[in-house]
Amino acid sequence: MELQIEDSELVRDYISGDEKALEILINKHNQRITSFIYSKVLDRDVTEDIFQDTFIKVIKTLKKGNYSEEGKFLPWVMRISHNLIIDYFRKNKRMPMFEGSDDFNIFSVIGDDKLNAEKQIIKDQISSDLRVLVEELPDDQKEVLLMRIYKDMSFKEISENTGVSINTALGRMRYALINLRKIIEKHNIVLTS
Amino acid sequence: MEKIYAKKNIEKCKLVKTKPETIQFLLNYSKSLDITEAQGIKFETNMN
Repeated sequence: MELQIEDSELVRDYISGDEKALEILINKHNQRITSFIYSKVLDRDVTEDIFQDTFIKVIKTLKKGNYSEEGKFLPWVMRISHNLIIDYFRKNKRMPMFEGSDDFNIFSVIGDDKLNAEKQIIKDQISSDLRVLVEELPDDQKEVLLMRIYKDMSFKEISENTGVSINTALGRMRYALINLRKIIEKHNIVLTS
Repeated sequence: MEKIYAKKNIEKCKLVKTKPETIQFLLNYSKSLDITEAQGIKFETNMN
């Protein structure tokens, strides 16, 4: 026959320094408290967290000598876990958590188009390297390239601004790109991420 | 609808136990926790 030690006796032993008494208390009420928490939160991980926090409070209160024994250890522990469950729901109400399912992923709807920090740094580095390379081009080619790429002007607008024909502007752009590639190859520069 | 309600109620009545790791953590936490009182103020010390 299994000997059932009263909670009050175990609590007294624990307060007097018997750590084994705590283990017996936890194991004795484990299923009841865990099932109670789980019935409210319906999540195994959250249940573990609340169970842990409950007993951390129990341990602190007992060790500080703030517990008054009235033969109601289990209802007291249940009350602590109940309050922690309420805290959990209050916190979640302030910060609602959305959990996706297998057929629906929230990030497919709310994802942004921005690059991540690493890709943004690489893009900025490439842009700044390219600006240095553009400076190496002859002035007439550089002028056309800057107007076309950086100012987004049409070849018609470029020809009007530079006083050359559209064909000449197109030719300068072509040579600008060819020369840029030559510079890149010559110096073994890698511009892609 | 009937099925959904039935499923939810079964979940609520499920008997579950905390993992042994959680219990072990609590026992270790208890052993490491020391309460010191000085001039009426209680201090918590965690000795790991």
